[in-house]
Amino acid sequence: MANGSHPGWLTVHGVRLEIVERGQGRPILWLHGEEGLDPGAPFLELLAAQGRVLAPSHPGFGHSPDVGSIDTVDDLSYLYLDLLAARNLRDVVVIGSSLGGWVAAEMAVKSSDRLGGLVLVAPLGIKVGDRETRDIPDIFALPPDEVARLQYRDPARAAVDHAKLSDDQLTMIARNREATALYAWEPYFHNPKLRQWLHRITPPTLLLWGADDRFVTAAYYGAAYRSAIPGARFETIDGAGHFPHIEEPAAFAARVRGFLGEPKA
Amino acid sequence: MGMRAWFFSENAYHLLPDSKEYDSIRVKLPNRYYDPKIGADLYHRFIDEWQIAEELGLEIMVNEHHQTATNLNPSAAVVMGALARDTRKARLLILGNPIANRREPVRVAEEMAMVDVYARGRLECGFVRGVPYEMSAGNHRPTRMMERFWEAHDLIVKAWTSHDGPFNWEGKYFHHRQVNIWPRPYQEPHPPIWITALSPGSARAVGEKGYVVACFLTGFDGTKNVFGSYRERRAELRLPTPALDRFAYAALVYVGETDEEGYAGARKLMWYLESNKVPPQFTSPPGYHPTATTVNAMKGTNPGIFKMFQNPALGPLMENGLVFAGNPDSVYRQIMKMYDHVGGFGHLLIMGQAGFLDHEETVKGMQMFVREVYPRLKALA
Repeated sequence: MANGSHPGWLTVHGVRLEIVERGQGRPILWLHGEEGLDPGAPFLELLAAQGRVLAPSHPGFGHSPDVGSIDTVDDLSYLYLDLLAARNLRDVVVIGSSLGGWVAAEMAVKSSDRLGGLVLVAPLGIKVGDRETRDIPDIFALPPDEVARLQYRDPARAAVDHAKLSDDQLTMIARNREATALYAWEPYFHNPKLRQWLHRITPPTLLLWGADDRFVTAAYYGAAYRSAIPGARFETIDGAGHFPHIEEPAAFAARVRGFLGEPKA
Repeated sequence: MGMRAWFFSENAYHLLPDSKEYDSIRVKLPNRYYDPKIGADLYHRFIDEWQIAEELGLEIMVNEHHQTATNLNPSAAVVMGALARDTRKARLLILGNPIANRREPVRVAEEMAMVDVYARGRLECGFVRGVPYEMSAGNHRPTRMMERFWEAHDLIVKAWTSHDGPFNWEGKYFHHRQVNIWPRPYQEPHPPIWITALSPGSARAVGEKGYVVACFLTGFDGTKNVFGSYRERRAELRLPTPALDRFAYAALVYVGETDEEGYAGARKLMWYLESNKVPPQFTSPPGYHPTATTVNAMKGTNPGIFKMFQNPALGPLMENGLVFAGNPDSVYRQIMKMYDHVGGFGHLLIMGQAGFLDHEETVKGMQMFVREVYPRLKALA
């Protein structure tokens, strides 16, 4: 892991979470997506230059234990609202990617009290098309290389040589996939009710999309999200697919910085 | 009472194009490859074969699978309903109802009660978790499946055994406020229950209940571990020692007059393994297998039995106890080797038809088994 920094632990209402905490200043809650939390990812360091980053692994992901009573994104959104309350954090910037973006949107719909801003990075979570339109490709029914092609501008970025990984790293990959299935299997990566309540999001919101996201495109899925959140800003990042914080960390951090630097609405 | 043998056929649709033309025989193979006119002939042929099995003195087993050419029984209840009417004396085993994948356990309770009444109490009701390929077919989440499985089981058993009007069920997975099934099962308190177990962990839960535990193609050590865990769990709980009729083993079986004829029949049965072309996203949906198994798969260190399914060959399959084949003495010896290795079992589930094994060959294999091998198994103490 870069920086030699290991995650610590946090307990919220009896739920134990692995968490990376880094930097000083305004609280930034990072909610990871299906790929889980990599404490050595360059973008985390760049975010930590802008505030105090709290980056937990959702229950079942990474080293965070499975919790029997937590099995929906709804549960995760309450868990993280509780985390903000337990730490008495205010003016928090919540940033979530993909599955984590869905969690962030559910939090903001429920309560914006402690939120100062919301950055949704190619968030999932809404139903856009009709019942016969598969808005989100079925990652559980596609070959892994096809999933990588859809999610990365450069699919080589997703290539993993299992032979070079430790048992712990392989276990994290397996657990991240299992936890993704737990939260997102059905309804598939969405809450049928979420879209109709997105208008409740009041903090300044930035929707960030990789210009080369072939998984959920800016033009289709991104546009639907944008039209559902009043006043949301929409920006794309060139050279990036579905995970711009991984493929273009500097550009990703610059967009967040630009958004946070603005006067509050 | 000695061993009981059950004739089981997957009712495959084997007339497929070259496997190079498709990447999966399960989940996504277009059904334009299925000709319903040929399919009708096959259904009737397979039902005839089950009736012949009964005439020969074998018991009957059916199963169900979904969205696959390897098995054209997406509803075990439907085919068993037909067999309940067309047979008179055989025990009728469904192994099984994939209850972790079914939306309505109460419907399963109704169907099974109905078949049991049709058959005047001859139903043996199996419950299975469902194979990994069927997570997509059923749209069911592969994680925490056993929790859902046992809730479905509890609800079905309660529906079968409640006779005083509706009860309420508001569980984690299933909700019914007025459960009151008609008909109720013919057998009291309910049909015997069988459960398939592939791992020692799941065998422990079956052992607690005292149901029949069945192993499918798990070979010498896999089967020994499952049966051993069942027995151990009962001993831990100071429950009565289970009789041999609590244990069942399923293998591909073909008896010929000579070893060569037996092997030739077995090679045709191996179609079931050879044709099972399924890509990894369907064989290993996340959460279906234990995390450690997934990690071992990434490292390539899972036990050899997994590899055997990838490149099936008769020699290794026989050495590992997945296929019993040859002349009657050979087959008897092979069955007894498994029997002795695993501490004995009371039920042999005979996978006796697959792929291009035609009707005459299928019937001959059954006849040879019944005439030359079965009497020795029935005579086991």
